[in-house]
Parts: sequence; structure tokens; C-alpha cells
Amino acid sequence: MRPLTDEETKTMFEKLSKYIGENIKLLIDRPDGTYCFRLHNDRVYYMSEKILKLATNISRDKLVSVGTCFGKFTKTQKFRLHITALDFLAPYAKFKVWVKPGSEQSFLYGNHITKSGLGRITENTAQYQGVVGFGVAAKTTQECRKVDPMSIVVFHQADIGEYIRSEDTLT
Amino acid sequence: MGRKLDSTTKVKRGPGRKARKQKGAETELAKFLVNDDEPKKLSSRAKKRAIKRAQVSKVPKQEEKPKKGFSDENNKWLKPAQRKRKIEQSEEEEDSDSQWEEDDDDDEEGLVQQQMEEEDDDDEDMVDDYGAEEQDSDGEELLPIEKAARKQKKQTSLKPESDEEEDDDDDDEDDDEKGDLDEDDDEEEEEDDTVQANIDETEQFKLPGAADRAKEGLLPMDLQTIHQRIKDNVDVLSHFSEKREEGKERSEYISLLCSDLCTYYSYNEFLISKLMDLFPLSELVDFLEANEIQRPVTIRTNTLKTRRRDLAQALINRGVNLDPLGKWTKVGLVIYDSSVPIGATPEYLAGQYMLQGASSFLPVMALSPQEGESVLDMSAAPGGKTTYMAQLMRNTGMIVANDASADRLKSVVGNIHRLGVTNAVICNYDGRQFPKVMGGFDRVLLDAPCSGTGVISKDPGVKTGKDEADILRSAHLQKELLLSAIDSVNADSPTGGYLVYCTCSIMVEENEWVVDYALKKRNVKLVPTGLDFGKEGFTRFKERRFHPTLKLSRRFYPHSHNMDGFFVAKLKKLSNTVPTTPKETENEAESTNMQTAASSEQIQKPESKRQKPASTPEKSNMGKKQKLEKKKSDGPKKAKIAKLDGEASKKSEKPKKQKVKELNGDSTKEVGKEKKKGSQSEKKNKNKTKKLVNKNKKRMGKNRFRKLKSMLGKAK
Repeated sequence: MRPLTDEETKTMFEKLSKYIGENIKLLIDRPDGTYCFRLHNDRVYYMSEKILKLATNISRDKLVSVGTCFGKFTKTQKFRLHITALDFLAPYAKFKVWVKPGSEQSFLYGNHITKSGLGRITENTAQYQGVVGFGVAAKTTQECRKVDPMSIVVFHQADIGEYIRSEDTLT
Repeated sequence: MGRKLDSTTKVKRGPGRKARKQKGAETELAKFLVNDDEPKKLSSRAKKRAIKRAQVSKVPKQEEKPKKGFSDENNKWLKPAQRKRKIEQSEEEEDSDSQWEEDDDDDEEGLVQQQMEEEDDDDEDMVDDYGAEEQDSDGEELLPIEKAARKQKKQTSLKPESDEEEDDDDDDEDDDEKGDLDEDDDEEEEEDDTVQANIDETEQFKLPGAADRAKEGLLPMDLQTIHQRIKDNVDVLSHFSEKREEGKERSEYISLLCSDLCTYYSYNEFLISKLMDLFPLSELVDFLEANEIQRPVTIRTNTLKTRRRDLAQALINRGVNLDPLGKWTKVGLVIYDSSVPIGATPEYLAGQYMLQGASSFLPVMALSPQEGESVLDMSAAPGGKTTYMAQLMRNTGMIVANDASADRLKSVVGNIHRLGVTNAVICNYDGRQFPKVMGGFDRVLLDAPCSGTGVISKDPGVKTGKDEADILRSAHLQKELLLSAIDSVNADSPTGGYLVYCTCSIMVEENEWVVDYALKKRNVKLVPTGLDFGKEGFTRFKERRFHPTLKLSRRFYPHSHNMDGFFVAKLKKLSNTVPTTPKETENEAESTNMQTAASSEQIQKPESKRQKPASTPEKSNMGKKQKLEKKKSDGPKKAKIAKLDGEASKKSEKPKKQKVKELNGDSTKEVGKEKKKGSQSEKKNKNKTKKLVNKNKKRMGKNRFRKLKSMLGKAK
């Protein structure tokens, strides 16, 4: 387990800021203690410092997970956010998309959200902005108004259905 | 059938049915009259019955010999119609049983039976309609079975044993009585009869003995029969002195019951015999039945994300039928049925609840981790208990979730993330290594891997897959794990020092025995679990005797609590020292000396101070304690040191020499071990030992030291 390098930190924060903007600081300094990110087996874990201390006792090959896994770095050093980070990002999300109930289910199964399922959308959502849920806005708000009902509005990135679908990869 | 002999019946087989019927009616009436005559026997029987009633016990068996030959055939004919009035299906089963089992027997037919047949015919006519007559003629098809039954009945009736006769007689009585006397009386007597017929059956099973069993082995007996036989057997065994067959030992009944249970419920002999030791017979069948059906599905609300009320509401809206689990839990819900898969609702995915067996709530409730504590879950997969602990701690403090199986850890990770647990560290160690990796936890939960005899309803493979070796292997592993767990607890923790040991097994070898072992080996004591329901643990079992506090542990059974079989014991650690000297097994006498000497060497080396052999025992004691624990109690040590001082002064040189020799000769292994074990704690304790040694040195004096040195020199 090691701290993130600068580059990795940059990449990760960029990704995060797509979803929560500048609120990243709020993740680090929390009222109940300082939290930090650590890298272990290409995954980024978010944990409080108290846990960090304890986790250092465990040898590297035996450590499976610490705190919460936020995401992982791919081989090409791109950062992919995991649904497990939802709880932390949701409060700070900048752009939200309201979806109708039926569309919610389909999103859970891994489909993208189409306009027909769209209820509301935060103003001024830029294109490819991160939407907590998680998805990426495919179109800007304005464009969303224009396009036909079937076109994809939000790209699906991660959803809680993954807890079942890809249980193994969460490790 | 005796009916054939009746001239009246032959007469009936005249022209058309109607004619027959009419005639039959007439003849029936005639038979009524005839029966009125016959009731001489009946009346005598009535007398006998009256006598019986007068007497309390079931003794008057011998009086009914005249009715011996009353065959089962009649019962079979008559009973279906008659028995509709009376609910004694058991009798029918008996008959079917007797059909099956008595086929092999007997070829005798007596006049007595013929007489009985006549009577039976009458009865038949009385009860059955015209079909009865036809049955008489058609009855030939059924007759062979009945013949065989008859034959067996005859045989049994002719045999000196009065019981069977009595049964036949009783059955006959029933048939006869039905037409005539009070049905109430009949029912009473029939109940008696069924009881006696039960005995009859068990007796009949055993009569042929090995031959019969062998036949049974060849012919697959139908499950109904076996089931009935089990019931009857249990009945006999529970009132053994009254219902036993003469000359048959209890062990025979039991062995028959054992094999029947194995066949009926598909267990292996080993497990059935273990269960028979564990439960009284009445409970045994309940337990086995309970294992055949699934326990209800239960879920646990994740209070980190929602409340039980809200969750229940949401699930009901999805079409789930549920209820709170019980008074003893505020977070449990039991699911009766559901139109959506419970493991896939959006609420589940959002982490608002967890599918968890009701019995798994119990150890966590017993442990009750507080906020801010450090807790270890040694065998955490799939993570239900871990996440429950986290929610009780409100995500504060720290939980280490460990499991030896990397595959199953994935489910732990998934569940932890899904339920929003942030204070968990997950690792993959063998639990037995734990004190070395990390120690000093406030609380530890050990849900030990076990044979799974409490969750047979979930895994029927346990029924046949477990044997003595498996149980003992599990027990051994559990003992090791429990000792490691105890060593990982910090006894001086301000809020804790507790350990909960639980298994999903009902075997005493894996439960009470393991806890008892730990009580002997470590400074721990049992405390109440805080669970106010459940059966107390055993304090003795067969030839074993356990510590009396074992009754503070709790056992749960599927048939009495409607949850998986479970055992929970809560221990409190009293001190971090390890009581090794008095209670070790096997090599101990020598090895303690060796260890003391070895550890003394060990300590001497790092300390590199002038050594006093008298002080070595002190150090050795300290070294021993250093093995697994970090802290020491100074009191006992000083006392020991004082003792040893006295001893050292009193001891002659020779024993010291011997010690030294042992040191040199055999201690290498011990040293090695102790070095490893003591390494962590040793460093911490160096200073203390140094201080103590310093003090002791002052006490010891130089002269002694010189003496011992010289001894050492001589010894070498």
C-alpha cells in the first residue's frame, strides 16, 4: 500500500471533479478525522488515517481491501471510478439527472438512459459531464431538449447493479 | 375369506343385482339376528372389555384367544369403510405393514379363522353395500395378500405370545363391535388396540430377526411403512417398561430405530447415533423433520442507511410479504414470500439490507461492539456479521475482517462496500497466525468453521458426508483458532476484553468441548451472552465433564427456535498472561524446565548481563509469558521471583547442573521457538525484565552467582 503519486493523484482528481467539482477537499478533511487515499494493487482506497495505521501491519499480499475502494487504475493509467464510491460522491454531486422509475430499472441493468426516461436535468450540464449515478452526460442540457426521445442522454458508467453483476471485479 | 363358506352368500349370487340386494338386505337382517346370536362372543367380549376397563393396565390380553383367527383380511375389507368413521389410519398402515411383512409367513389356516371369517362376512354385509358381496367374489384377487396376512395372523395367534393374539383379537373386536356396541368404547379400545398393534408391529419386525432385516434389505420398504415404524418405535421406547416386547432389549429397538432413521431421512449411521446421544427421542424426530425444510428467509436492516420501518414499507411496496423477526431484534425482518427476488431489489443494491440467517444475528448481539473500539472478525466471510458489527459501531472505530479463503473474501468486500462500511480492513490470513500479525483488539468474534450440523437444511450433504474424523478435525482447528483469538484480545482494554465464539454446529465436540479446553488453557472466563432465549449449553455430556460455567453458553435448534442450529459462547479475558506452567499437556514436565532454561538463555543473550542461574527461572517465567502476550502482571512475577529465590538458595547444585545439561542438550528447538514467538513482545519486555533482573541481582548476591558459574563450568 502506498500513497498515490502526483500523476495518479492528478488523474484521479480530474475524474472526480467531473462529478463533484471542486468539492474534493471535502473528501479529505472530514469532521471525524483526516482521510486519505492510498494505492494498493492498482486500486485506490479511501480511508481514515486511523485505519491506515492499522492496515500497515498487514502484509501486502494478505491485504485485500481497506476502507472503501474508489476505483482503479487501468493498465494505461486511466482512472476508472467504481460504484463503491457512490456514497461519498453523492452528497457533493454537481450535476444530477432525474430519471423516471422505469428508466431507473433499466439503468440498473446497465443500459444507458434515453431521453424518454429523463425527468429533469440540472441546468447547464456540459457535455460529458459526470453525473452521479454514475453516468456521463452525453449531451448538454440544451441539446437534451432538442433531441428525440430515443437518443441517449446519459452514458452509463457505473450503477449499483454492479454489486451483483460484477461481484468478483470489485475486489 | 370366510364369506365363501356362508350358504347365505351363495344364495345371494342368484339372479340380478337387485334381487341379490334384496336378498342381501334380507340376509343382512338375518345376519343381524345371527350376530345377535354371535354376540355371545361379543357379549363375552363385552364382558372381557368390561373387565379390561375395570383394570387399569393392558394386562387382559389372554382373554381373547377365541377371537384369534379374526383375520386382517376382514380388517382390510371392513376397515376402509368403517375406518372412515374412525380416524385410525394407523391401523390401516399397520395392516399394510402387516401385508408387507407378513407375506413371508405362514401357510396355516385354522377353523378358528373360518369362524372369524364368517363373522367378518357378516360385518361386511352390514357395513358395505352390495359391492361387498361382489368383493367377496372378486375378493379372490385381494385374497392372496389377505391370505398371507391371515396366515401370519394365524401363526402369530397360534404362537404362545399373547400380545399378537391380543392384537388380532382387538382388531377383530373392532370389527365385531362396530356393528353393535358403543362406538366410543370401540374407539377407546381401538386406541388401545392400535397401541398394542404398534407393539405387535415392532415385535413382528423383530421376530424373524436377522432374516427379516435381510429381506427388508432386499425389498425396498416404502417410506410410509418406515415412517410409521419409526413413530411406533419411538412410542415404545418412550414407554418402554409398559410397551416392550418380552425378551427384546432396548438396544434392539434402538438399533432398529437408528437404521430406520438413516433410511428415512438419508443420514449416515454416525450422524444419527450422534444425534441420538444429543436429543431425547421425542425431540430427535422433530429435529430431523425440521432439517428437511428450509428456515424462513430473514434479512437485516442496515441502520447505516435506513430504518427498519422505512425499509419494510419500501419492500412491501415492491410486493414482499414480511414481518418483524421477533422481539429480540430491532433490525431483523422475516420474509414470507415475495414477488421480486429479494437479493436483487434496488433496496438491496443500495445496501439497505442484507440477507442473513436469524441465527447469525446472535453472536454479534452477544459481542455488542461499542463505538470506537477495535474489533477483529476472524472468520468473516461472507461478511454478514462484520457488517452488522460495523453498523452497531456506526462506522467508527475499526474492524478487521479476516478470512482464510481468498475467494470468499470477495463477497466480504462486496458486502462491505455495498452496505457502506468505511471502517473495515480486509485481510486474508489463516486465523491461527493472528496474534502475530496484530493483537490487542478490544473485541474478537470467532465464527469458527465447523461441520455444519446445524445447517443441514441448507446443505443436505452434511447428512452423509460427515464422520468421526471430520468432527475431530474441525474440533482441533477450532481449538487452535480459539486460542489465537483469545491471544488477540487485549485483556486490559478499557471497554472490552470480550470474545465471542460461535459455530453453526450442534455437536458437543465442536462447542462445549472447545470452550472448555480454552478455559483450561487461558485466563478467560465465561460470561452471560445477553441472549435471553435458547437452550443452555451442556455442562456434561456422556463421559465428559465440562466447567460448570458452560451453562452460560447458548444453543439454538431448528426445531425449537426456527433458526439454524447454533452455539454461542461469550468469554472475557481476565489477563494477558498465559498460564503455561501448571496446565500444559504432554511433554510438559521436561519441556517446562527446558523452556525455562531456554528462555533464560534467550533473555540473557539480548540483555547480555551477568547471569545468575537463580535468576534464570525468573526470566524464564517472564519469557514464557512473553511468548504470546505483550503485557505482564508484575504481581505474580514478583511472587514467583521470590519463590525462585528461595528455591535457588535451597536447591543443591546437582539439579542446577541437570538443568544446565538439559539446556545445552535439548533446548535448541525451544530456543528457536521462543525466539520467534517472543520476538515482538520480547523487545517490549526487555526493559521490564532488565529492571527486575537488576533488582533481583541485588537480592541474589554475588556469592551465589559465583557458585553457579563454577557449576556451569563443571557441567560443561
